[in-house]
Amino acid sequence: MIVRILGEGQLAVDDSAASELNELDAKLEAAVERNDEPGFRSALAELLTQVRTLGKPVEPGALDTSELILPAEGATIAEVRQLLTGDGLLPG
Amino acid sequence: MSVMKRVSMMFRAKANKALDRMEDPRETLDYSYQTQLELLQKVRRGVADVATSRKRVELQINQLQQSSDKLDRQARDALAVGREDLARDALTRKAGVQSQLNDLNVQYTSLQGEEEKLTGASQRLQAKVDAFRTKKETIKATYTAAEAQTRINEAFTGISEEMGDVGLAIQRAEDKTEQMKARASAIDELMASGALDDMVGGPRDDIQAELDRMGAGSGVEAELERLKGELGQGSAPRQIEGAGSDADGAAADRAGTVTDGLPTQASPADQPRAGDGA
Repeated sequence: MIVRILGEGQLAVDDSAASELNELDAKLEAAVERNDEPGFRSALAELLTQVRTLGKPVEPGALDTSELILPAEGATIAEVRQLLTGDGLLPG
Repeated sequence: MSVMKRVSMMFRAKANKALDRMEDPRETLDYSYQTQLELLQKVRRGVADVATSRKRVELQINQLQQSSDKLDRQARDALAVGREDLARDALTRKAGVQSQLNDLNVQYTSLQGEEEKLTGASQRLQAKVDAFRTKKETIKATYTAAEAQTRINEAFTGISEEMGDVGLAIQRAEDKTEQMKARASAIDELMASGALDDMVGGPRDDIQAELDRMGAGSGVEAELERLKGELGQGSAPRQIEGAGSDADGAAADRAGTVTDGLPTQASPADQPRAGDGA
């Protein structure tokens, strides 16, 4: 599957990694719900590291959509909330 | 639901909404390509803006670094002449300049990071725009409007995601650049108003003035002693110094004698040497 890290580009990650990534993503989600900024930061860092480790960069000229999109490194909970409401997205 | 999944759905929803607005699929291709080129321009301008901001911060860092070095020298000079009060004053000001410097260095690193990110975003977008252009021509040439729909949707959604990503990167960079500009202006204003002059030196550099005054003062004292020595009023050490000058004069006279054979050439060469000795 293709995973995008915002600000970094797309990576191809083997489907077998899905459950591991979902686990980390659940931590991220819980942190967003608790409004727990430090928890969010560490969960996001962990998730990004894992995707970078497992993934291989997708050829830049490929026009594939990503199954999963991860917030940029250093993103805040507020920024992620904006992403989830679509407020922060420019019309493409 | 998963954060990653939801974010990706938001990007897709955005693309679908844009697609729904287009009536003719082929028109979608051309219109989207135009938008892509505009976004590419925008991201390149963004890179240039961040670079300008970074250079401005760099300039300020250099200025403040010079001030810090100067205050450090002044502190040493002041200590050398036994003025601990002046040295303390200079070091206090240096600490103030140093704290501004630390802040600017953090800003500099952050701008450098933004510049790198935007440059990368620009390159990735360029690759996708190139791919889209090729695909667009193939679709137009090969398929009827009805057949093309699915392929157009795929290409559009694919590039739309990249564009959304780049758009976010530009926004982030713009926000950061605005903040930096505001801070850089504040520092420029501080420097212009003279509030930093007291720290930084320049026309109202009272530490330097005091050091200069002391430097000039000791020079005057020495001169006075020398004159007293010449008039036979000085203390013993000064008279020895005076005797040294006489010896130099005698050496110059001897040099003059040696070159007597060539008077016209010897004189200009001799004059400065005699002057140095005095």
